[in-house]
Amino acid sequence: MKKSLMIISVILFLSAVNAFAGSDSSPKIDTGDTAWVLICAALVMLMTPGLAFFYGGLVRRKNVLGILMQCFIALAVLSLHWVIIGYSLSFSPGNGFIGGLKWFALNGVGAEPYADYAATIPHSAFMIFQAMFAIITPALIIGAFAERMKFSAFLIFTLLWATFVYDPIAHMVWGVGGWLKGLGTLDFAGGTVVHINDGIAALVTAIVLGKRKSYDRHPTPPHNLPFSALGAALLWFGWFGFNAGSALGANGIAVNAFVVTNTAAAAAALGWAMLDWLFNGKPTMLGTISGAVAGLVAITPAAGFVGIIGAIIIGLLVSVFCFIAVGFIKHKLGYDDSLDAFGIHGIGGIWGAVATGLFATKLINPAGSDGLFFGNAGQFIVQLAATAVTAGYTFIATLIIYKLVDMVIGVRVGEEEEAMGLDLAQHNERAYTMLE
Amino acid sequence: MIMKLVIAIIQPHRLEQVKEELYKEEVNLITVSEVLGHGRQKGVTEVYRGFKETGNLLRKIRLEIAVNDNFVEPTIRAITKGAQSGKTGDGKIFILPLEQCVRIRTGERGGLAIG
Repeated sequence: MKKSLMIISVILFLSAVNAFAGSDSSPKIDTGDTAWVLICAALVMLMTPGLAFFYGGLVRRKNVLGILMQCFIALAVLSLHWVIIGYSLSFSPGNGFIGGLKWFALNGVGAEPYADYAATIPHSAFMIFQAMFAIITPALIIGAFAERMKFSAFLIFTLLWATFVYDPIAHMVWGVGGWLKGLGTLDFAGGTVVHINDGIAALVTAIVLGKRKSYDRHPTPPHNLPFSALGAALLWFGWFGFNAGSALGANGIAVNAFVVTNTAAAAAALGWAMLDWLFNGKPTMLGTISGAVAGLVAITPAAGFVGIIGAIIIGLLVSVFCFIAVGFIKHKLGYDDSLDAFGIHGIGGIWGAVATGLFATKLINPAGSDGLFFGNAGQFIVQLAATAVTAGYTFIATLIIYKLVDMVIGVRVGEEEEAMGLDLAQHNERAYTMLE
Repeated sequence: MIMKLVIAIIQPHRLEQVKEELYKEEVNLITVSEVLGHGRQKGVTEVYRGFKETGNLLRKIRLEIAVNDNFVEPTIRAITKGAQSGKTGDGKIFILPLEQCVRIRTGERGGLAIG
């Protein structure tokens, strides 16, 4: 008995010594963290096809392939862009505004962790996780210019936008030495980098591209709402990777992000359905899934910093703001943000960033910060500043890129092609056959 | 023999009852299509993200039945019996003269080919 106790204590002692030795050496890869981040990268990848179905169901039947094609080609083109230059511009050490070319073609980005971003997973795992964010962000803008943009123009616009808008914003907020990061901006999973960014770009493109030809005469009902519901479900599912994965480890912060993400989506879906019921007579399927997506958008920057009460309030209120934006403000101002990319991602993203400054608390994440409601007004001001900077930069840069592409090849399809539908006009295909 | 083409627009959910009534009257030849339209009830209202659209076309069923003259009244009777609810939107029956009818399998023509 005594002997066995002795052996056990020796083993315990040795393992403790080992643990100390481990913490002394260079960053050590944690297999649990690595597995989690890789799975999350796959989850976030699924969001872009999910978005394709969400948007695809909302357009007319003659344009559904146009949407699916834009989303899928974004997956292809931006994957390449990211590994060649995008990751380096976003995350390699550079100035406060943009990264350098040190990691061009992933030079030096390998199995060794890069502790400034994630100390317990291979650097390349962080890179591929981030790749999925860089893909879906430009894809989200598609909703604003649906049913009327040339495919060639879309390709060039998307590449330029990824290079000159997404990459710098990602660097400013998340990159080593980024100046918004230096200000203390809290953006857990991409409220500013992804949603304010794509939302404002959506507003710009919807305004400068002009309305669809049929827009004034009648709205165009979704051609396949079940597709949209399926897409929204895939987005919700993938968003666990987006938010909980942004903890970059399998830990308590990841679990908190997972829980508040689900909670905010639920509150917002229910909220929008109730608003529909109150103001439009009946609760609608489209309203409910729009609410869910709005809730997911809003909780994104806050997921690692707020608790359950914050998540419920963020979710309920985002539905109110987006409901007003897409149901009233859009029609009053008369721009054709066709699938409400600005109305949901822009408005939801701004609310999320601001709300993070209200509800964040160190009780949830000691590495974060307290918000206004926890006695730190400074954080609230920082969030407002980051929102304004992101929105301002995106607005101007998107406008310039759009005008440039329009000057060189023309952005909008011809009137006849628009009437024919992008599926036939741009891709020589039809989504649904009549016969056989 | 005189032939007529009966075209009827009915509510989709009444199709099964109309078919049953037609079989009772021994009218077995029928072509059915899904169509859109509206009459006095002026269509439905749909709401998408708060955007209300009134006067949308309703789903209807269109029947085409070619008959010899003596079957016109039984056909009308059957359709009416099967499709009538007494409410707006029950539909309409149109009777048109029919020039010719050819059975493709045999080449038979006229009243012989129709049944």
